[in-house]
Amino acid sequence: MRVMAQTAMVMNLDKCIGCHTCSVTCKQAWTNRSGVEYVWFNNVESRPGQGYPRTYQDQDRWQGGWVRTRTGRLKPRSGGRIKRLLSIFANPILPRMRDYYEPWTYDYEHLLTAPAGEDLPVARPKSLLTGEDTKVTWSANWDDSLGGGNEVLAGDPILQRVSDQVRQEYEKAFLFFLPRICEHCLNPSCAASCPSGAIYKRAEDGIVLVDQDRCRGWRMCVTGCPYKKVYFNHRTGKAEKCTFCFPRIEIGQPTICSETCVGRLRYIGLMLYDADAVAKAAAVRDEHDLYDAQRSVFLDPHDPKVAAAADRAGIPEDWIDAARRSPVWDLIMKYEVALPLHPEYRTMPMVWYIPPLSPVVDVLRDTGHDGEDPHNLFGAVDALRIPMDYLAELFTAGDPAPVRDALNRLAAMRAYQRRINLGEKPDGSIPAAVGMTTGEMDNMYRLLAIAKYEQRYVIPSAHAEDAHRLEGLGAECSLDYEGGPGMYQTGPFGEASGTPVPVQVETFHMLRDRQTADEPRRLNLLNWDGKGTPEGMFPPREEDRS
Amino acid sequence: MNTFLWVIFPYLSIVVLIGGTVWRYRYDKFGWTTRSSQLYETNYLRWGSPMFHFGVLFVLIGHVIGLLIPKSWTEAVGITEHLYHLMAVLIGTVAGLCTLIGMAILILRRRLTGPVFAATTRNDKAMYVVLGSVILLGLLATVKANIAGGGYDYRETVSPWLRSLFTLRPDAALMTAVPASFKVHVIAAFVLFACWPFTRLVHAFSAPVGYLTRPYVVYRYRDPRGGLRPARPGWEPPR
Ligand code: HEM
Ligand code: SF4
Ligand code: SF4
Repeated sequence: MRVMAQTAMVMNLDKCIGCHTCSVTCKQAWTNRSGVEYVWFNNVESRPGQGYPRTYQDQDRWQGGWVRTRTGRLKPRSGGRIKRLLSIFANPILPRMRDYYEPWTYDYEHLLTAPAGEDLPVARPKSLLTGEDTKVTWSANWDDSLGGGNEVLAGDPILQRVSDQVRQEYEKAFLFFLPRICEHCLNPSCAASCPSGAIYKRAEDGIVLVDQDRCRGWRMCVTGCPYKKVYFNHRTGKAEKCTFCFPRIEIGQPTICSETCVGRLRYIGLMLYDADAVAKAAAVRDEHDLYDAQRSVFLDPHDPKVAAAADRAGIPEDWIDAARRSPVWDLIMKYEVALPLHPEYRTMPMVWYIPPLSPVVDVLRDTGHDGEDPHNLFGAVDALRIPMDYLAELFTAGDPAPVRDALNRLAAMRAYQRRINLGEKPDGSIPAAVGMTTGEMDNMYRLLAIAKYEQRYVIPSAHAEDAHRLEGLGAECSLDYEGGPGMYQTGPFGEASGTPVPVQVETFHMLRDRQTADEPRRLNLLNWDGKGTPEGMFPPREEDRS
Repeated sequence: MNTFLWVIFPYLSIVVLIGGTVWRYRYDKFGWTTRSSQLYETNYLRWGSPMFHFGVLFVLIGHVIGLLIPKSWTEAVGITEHLYHLMAVLIGTVAGLCTLIGMAILILRRRLTGPVFAATTRNDKAMYVVLGSVILLGLLATVKANIAGGGYDYRETVSPWLRSLFTLRPDAALMTAVPASFKVHVIAAFVLFACWPFTRLVHAFSAPVGYLTRPYVVYRYRDPRGGLRPARPGWEPPR
């Protein structure tokens, strides 16, 4: 047994309102730079929908993740080492720009400089790749909330697996949002497909990072990741990916997407797992067993034997304690309501999801039933096999049983809690029907409905005695500040070559450049540090104008 | 003049190649990349890039055999001059044509696809001029020698000269009688070597052969020694 700690996340899909706040704050923090305009480390896709990049879940086409070979071992679906090296000169299965979308901006300048005339000036869309006029035909979120109708939805690879007749009935009734970040997998196929070994899993907290100094731009990782969560910066020629906001995690703060989540639906905590068991668990024969197999590699931190082993493995005492208080542990292992996203990719993803229940209730209500009545609800969870099939394709490789169990528990919690709300006596038979005690049900309700910040995010900070080293590791290994938010100078070898400029200096220059580049001067408020009134914030005074 | 062209200049170029590479590796790891443009355009790259690269790699192997292995060695294992020449011309022509066509596709693609052209730096253009010249001049010299003349055995002159550079006993006299077409190709090649570390071509030095032997998933622990790398200029570690 080799105990390792993993920083993991659970999202409660019932609560996601699809507001995209998480995506926007993430973009502001990490990817508002040239070269990654098209990149969303966090994106929120509508289901059904094609996803981002389009149809990424169709692994027959995109070849992400692992496959089990006849000998029962795993190899990347896109091919083993030799095959990949032979196809390195032109990666045969790299998504094209238009599978993401062509990034664009608008020629706002024109609005201010157009000569007076009959027609109102318009701001034309300009491609950020060529600078030419462009026509906007797709984006990271073009099919938001079923936008585009059946034509677009027909491209949903998951939908294609459920039959035609089913598809039509269910489209009328069902929509939910799926926020996605990198899964920080226990068995990351992005790392496995990187020829230069630049992608690594941090042994301390399991965060998967790209070493920007070692990446050579072979762009194989993009193919390797089945979730398409490694992106290629087309300016710097380096791969970039979600960092789990490691600089924040290291000081005990949640990721930006979690911090700003409007639905407060994200939970972050530690999971201890047995690193030696991962390879075997990821290679079980039957895809339906992958959910249980992954759960079997998690180690119970309450077990003194595990705690002792973790201690021997050098995991600090307060980390083991944090693992005991982990909301992620509770949701995955204790209440069993969280499920992994696409376990069939065999990467052992570590961002799990509580499947959405609300639409089920809505459908019941619309058909004239009392949607909150426990008996109706249980029936409905089973009767509505259609969304369950869809959910099962997402979360359990198509096996509806674990999804049904999770939904039943959520339904039971609803019914149980409703009675309490109405002032009736708590009905112990409801939790019992789903194999829970009233105490557990209460606790689950607390965690899902009213948990406070400290309960949703249980993040032990990296150790003070290690802080310096972690800092060094961070600064040299991930989205370096060279590739980070201040990278605007261009060196002799292309974008952002050369030694980085210290952060403060860089920020200063960036601010100055941005604020003085355009004529007439305008301030980009997104770059304003909140101090003073930089030039361009207000229009010039009358007396200043000549 | 002879001494400059065939002794001083080659040595200078090799020094720049090695020194430049070391310097670039230390100064600019972040810029050390293929700067792949496949995201912008796939269809032409799919043909051009493998053709060019496989071609170039074969040409490279050919050069190593032809230039670094003495003629007496190949003859010792029973490869006659005629056989050697036949093989060299056959394989060389195929590889050379592959390289040429591949490069033509790559260059046309660079010029004609909007996003790729927009992402082409001046450095890239200069690199292609030099690289293209070397390849063209090399092909030209071969074609001229084999079609116009009855073949030219550079293994009697150019090869010993090159080896004399490596054994630090440079012998410029060997190059005097070499046809001009070969001379220009050699000079151009040394210009290319001098430019190499300062272009995207550095990616060739990091050919990922280690991938074949390393485990699939890489873990990294914190370095127990801490602060191993020099701090970035202007970066104060947190206290
Ligand atoms: C075995 C070692 C090598 C590997 C693995 C390799 C790999 C690559 C890769 C992945 C690209 C990016 C293609 C793209 O996606 O745009 C590339 C581009 C390029 N390589 Fe190599 N390369 C190697 C050796 C060489 C050598 C020896 C040369 C020159 C003599 C060379 C010249 C080029 C050029 C000129 C480009 C730019 C192509 C363009 O116009 O986009 N490479 N290489
Ligand atoms: S989800 Fe993240 S860790 Fe997993 S394979 Fe993709 S990029 Fe790697
Ligand atoms: S911020 Fe929260 S509620 Fe809004 S889209 Fe993101 S995950 Fe959903």
